Amino acid sequence: MVERGKRVKTATPSSRVLLAAPALVITAVAAGFLPLLHFAASQGGAFALDAYVWRVLGFTLLQATLSTVISIALALPAARALAFRNFPGRPLLMALFAVPQALPAIVVVLALVELYGQAGWVGGWFSVYGLGGILLAHVFFNLPLALRFFVEALESVQPENLRLAEQCGFSSSAHWQHVEWPALRPVLPRVASLIFLLCAASFVVVLTLGGPSATTLEVAIYQSLRMDFDVSRAVTMALLQVALCAALALAAGQLAAPVATAPLLRSMTGTARPQSLMGVSALVLVIALVLPPLVALLLSGITNFNLRPALFQALGMSLLLATGSAALCVLLSWPLAVLQVRKPSWRGALSATSLLGLMLPPAVMATGWFILLRGAGGSLTSSIALISALNALMALPFSTTLLASAMAQTIPHHDRLCAQLGLSGWRRLRRIDGPALARPLAQAYLMAFVLSFGDLTAVMLLGSQGLVTLPSLIASEMGQFRSANAQGTALLLAALCLAGSLLANHLSRPESR
Amino acid sequence: MKRTVLSLAASLFLATMAEAKDALTIYTYESFVSEWGPGPAIKTNFEKTCDCTVEWVALADGVAMLNRLKLEGAATKADVVLGLDTNLTDEARNLGVFAPHGVDASASKVPGGWSDAEFLPFDYGHFAVVYDSEKMAAPPKSLEELVNGDPAQKIILQDPRSSTPGLGFLLWMKSVYGDKATDAWKKLKPRILTTTPGWSEAYGLFTKGEAPMVFSYVTSPAYHIEVEKSQRYKAAAFAEGHYLQVEVAGAIAASPELPLAKSFLSFMMTPGFQNEIPATNWMFPAAATDKPLPAAFDTLVKPAKTLLFTPAEVNAKRRGWIDEWLNAVSG
Repeated sequence: MVERGKRVKTATPSSRVLLAAPALVITAVAAGFLPLLHFAASQGGAFALDAYVWRVLGFTLLQATLSTVISIALALPAARALAFRNFPGRPLLMALFAVPQALPAIVVVLALVELYGQAGWVGGWFSVYGLGGILLAHVFFNLPLALRFFVEALESVQPENLRLAEQCGFSSSAHWQHVEWPALRPVLPRVASLIFLLCAASFVVVLTLGGPSATTLEVAIYQSLRMDFDVSRAVTMALLQVALCAALALAAGQLAAPVATAPLLRSMTGTARPQSLMGVSALVLVIALVLPPLVALLLSGITNFNLRPALFQALGMSLLLATGSAALCVLLSWPLAVLQVRKPSWRGALSATSLLGLMLPPAVMATGWFILLRGAGGSLTSSIALISALNALMALPFSTTLLASAMAQTIPHHDRLCAQLGLSGWRRLRRIDGPALARPLAQAYLMAFVLSFGDLTAVMLLGSQGLVTLPSLIASEMGQFRSANAQGTALLLAALCLAGSLLANHLSRPESR
Repeated sequence: MKRTVLSLAASLFLATMAEAKDALTIYTYESFVSEWGPGPAIKTNFEKTCDCTVEWVALADGVAMLNRLKLEGAATKADVVLGLDTNLTDEARNLGVFAPHGVDASASKVPGGWSDAEFLPFDYGHFAVVYDSEKMAAPPKSLEELVNGDPAQKIILQDPRSSTPGLGFLLWMKSVYGDKATDAWKKLKPRILTTTPGWSEAYGLFTKGEAPMVFSYVTSPAYHIEVEKSQRYKAAAFAEGHYLQVEVAGAIAASPELPLAKSFLSFMMTPGFQNEIPATNWMFPAAATDKPLPAAFDTLVKPAKTLLFTPAEVNAKRRGWIDEWLNAVSG
């Protein structure tokens, strides 16, 4: 009896062990924030919301609102023009719209300047520096994202409802009112808040294209710490930023990228409804926004591709950092995901924990860690460790959500199976959970890998001498009469990130047998 | 692929292992130690005299160096800090981490002489608006003309919070306009294409053709004349006079290598260091060289008047002036 009781107890992994992961995340975040708070207090700083802070907050909200509204306003009609349609080139278009999400921000900035800068291919008629350029970059990233979510939502409408609508001979507006809008309404707030959050926390785009008159909280925090060394102003703005993100995340229910978990019921026959002029023009506009920067990136990259030792060193460093950071990210998100599935009552607290690293501005975390480490802060080894850690934290919410939704489908089923087989612990992981979760695990790893591979923020904040990654090589080449080399480097980085994302996407599809 | 990562990790580990000789750690700004900057030659020259190794730690710029010191305090790993300018020295001095240099600086060639006990100058240059003569037939002849000129003709500036030239331009505006600087900034604002974090981003955009003017140095055209054999880029002489930048270095008092740090500072005032400055850092040497300046230096704009605030005045007012600028340009 005793033996049997023991076996049952060990069949589910102790949640105490699993709690190490959230504890680690909270410690890392506290290690970033508390030293800074202490430093600000010892400087005798006043945590004041002065005119400057309000103006920065105002600009943050303005650019995020405009980016979101433009993205959604164009994505809605364009999605209507794409959903349920079979026309030549449609698969190509859908593939095209998946590209921007995979591209690192610094690559997109470079392509936009190449295209629309004063000396650009079609430049000179507006300034890419300031609000215009920031909106352009944010819409480039987020319009296709919204579009893909909307097409997905539209195509999950039950085929019988569609047939019914067709039989009733709905007009375009009746079709919108009774079929399309009910399908879009549930995803709209989540997509809008996701885009708003991504734009409000955007760093590299605003840092490179903004300026003193176009600064967001995220960038102003960085400037307060790195430039003015006004720690209390930085802490004040960081709290404001966290409050803003938390409010949004709460309002949206969850930040987690709205993934459709149910398999898509794509109707095999395309709809016969005529295309509306509005839909077609929106679609053309989206293509005109997305395609030219990609063409600029490709053409200037190919003509300026230049294999040189610096490129290989940067590639090696980027691979090393991304490998480590993705491993750390998956190691942390596995227990977080298990806990989310096993302890439904903790779910809110757990997803807030995995969001922490993304909500607290990276500049704050990096500076706090630096203060804690004091003497050891500037060495190459510590930089590598810290950059990997920061990137892992930034990717954590995405990989945790992905693993949790996969586990939600497998774990309850496996629990029964393993209880019958008497499998537990390592053996259970190796025989049952591991193989079943191999695909989502690989997908989460790749996603974290690509995020870290293309990230400039952590390297800028925590880098040390001799630590050059592909994104930081591009940034420094952009600034040193070597912008031709930067374009070649950007193409290589973009190609590798794209390959990683494609592979991750491929893994997310149901296994073909 | 796995092997590459492993061998990379192994070589990184080996690279961080301690070295046998005395090592002098010098914080400086990135362009100083880039392959085309003066750093590599100066390292070689000094190591011939000292039986030590020089280890450069490159930070983004002078402001980043000062902020790093604020974070690290006396526990800093730096033995020498090289690349602050006189606008930052008073604030740096107040950190209480610098030692008196003990070097006779009477032979320095810095305009106005030199009398600082902690910091020694290593080069200097007047700031200037540099313009593209192929795009601008009539460059501004004064700061007043720059401020009031055609907004279609843009200039690229640097952020005074992160870049020493950026701070130099802010102080230039302040020394000419005084209490009316806010109005002047508001008039200038439509002419500013963008404000970059550092000098190199701004100059890169300028040479790429993004704007016909950039804020830089009187000496910048010498680079184009000597290296590119081009007369295209010129500095504009301003009637009000030009603001001066003097770049300095100092030794950390708590450093276990203090004697070595001091001997580096005195080496700094000799030709072994100074010879490398003109044609790599493109500034005027602060002490005697034993070879002539590049010929292009004779053709440069010679400012009619030198503008310069004292370090103490900059330290007392910098924060307020920066807030004034932020409010003027971001409103």
